[in-house]
Amino acid sequence: MPPVELRKRVTLVEEIFHEGGPVAKTPYRRAAILAVVKNPFAGRYVEEIVGFSDDLKPLGLDMAKLLIGALGGDPKAIQGYGKGAIVGAAGEIEHGALWHAPGGYAMREALGGALAIVPSAKKVAGPGARLDVPITHINASYVRSHFDAIEVGVADAPRADEILLALAMTTGPRVHNRAGGLEATQIKGLDGLR
Amino acid sequence: MKAKIRKLVTFVEETRVEMDRAVEPPTRRAAAVAVIENPFAGRYVEDLSLLIDVGEDLGQLLAARAVGALGIEGSRAESYGKAAAVGENGELEHAAAVLHPKLGAPVRKVLGKGAALIPSSKKRGGPGVALDVPLGHKDAAFVRSHFDGMEVRIADAPRANEIMVAVAVTDSGRPHPRVGGLTKDEIKGVDGLR
Repeated sequence: MPPVELRKRVTLVEEIFHEGGPVAKTPYRRAAILAVVKNPFAGRYVEEIVGFSDDLKPLGLDMAKLLIGALGGDPKAIQGYGKGAIVGAAGEIEHGALWHAPGGYAMREALGGALAIVPSAKKVAGPGARLDVPITHINASYVRSHFDAIEVGVADAPRADEILLALAMTTGPRVHNRAGGLEATQIKGLDGLR
Repeated sequence: MKAKIRKLVTFVEETRVEMDRAVEPPTRRAAAVAVIENPFAGRYVEDLSLLIDVGEDLGQLLAARAVGALGIEGSRAESYGKAAAVGENGELEHAAAVLHPKLGAPVRKVLGKGAALIPSSKKRGGPGVALDVPLGHKDAAFVRSHFDGMEVRIADAPRANEIMVAVAVTDSGRPHPRVGGLTKDEIKGVDGLR
């Protein structure tokens, strides 16, 4: 497998003070880090692709650590996460699926453990495409206050032979969460769901 | 702070490879964006001095955040730009009031210098509108390698009664500049042009 060719990296951090209601004591922050890498399988059908998933592991871990850094540097402050990929037009959705394992395990490792499945979204699209990366609580998928998403995209990516890889993290519940359901304080923390 | 800020978003882009050629050191640019309430939305107001003062506050805040996101001393910044998008219930003149009279001075204070005009753009649009922030060298507007632009957008802003205000700062020009013109080594830095 060829080494991972990283063209560009983009981070964005949103800091939300209110959304028409009371101003939060601590602003809600959600952030994403994006890496634009070359798709080694662009333009042809390749049967054996899973090795690229291993190749992406170091990049994933770097991204997870940088993302925690962008949110202040304390892994314990991270409460929600998600991931996603946009595959350039000369690739297939299966290439985006290679991000599932390295992206998810990288965040778990950087966070010092997390029980919930990492929610994800992916698609094949052109430069400037937007992707809504889903976000859920890191230890219990059903925590309703932490269901969220962050929209990401890069004007000049992915080119046809590239893949845009995304990781997302948040520091708390939605700013005015009041839709009920399981609360973070009620988590049992055994199965990653509740 | 006279601005009523709903949210702050910071973007950092780092380009490492362009057209298969390594960019060494990588080019980096950052934009800090504030989403504020438009105090004059929905009606014609003659005196815009409140928004002019808001511009002064935001110049300091956003420049400091953009420079901080790059992790550099302000004096190491090479180019800059500013832009605003007014929600549908505002007028372009509201963007002008924020951007032009007082925003520049605190930006220059954060960067240590800044002899050149800060290039700008403005528009009216709905949530998710793309704002292209023009970039030019901070001490000499004619430095051709630093003519650039950075696209920023926020999915949920500006709402009808909001203004989105952006300040962008770089530590570099375009990735592989080779269209000639004045270079940064030739800057006199006196008149802001050359």
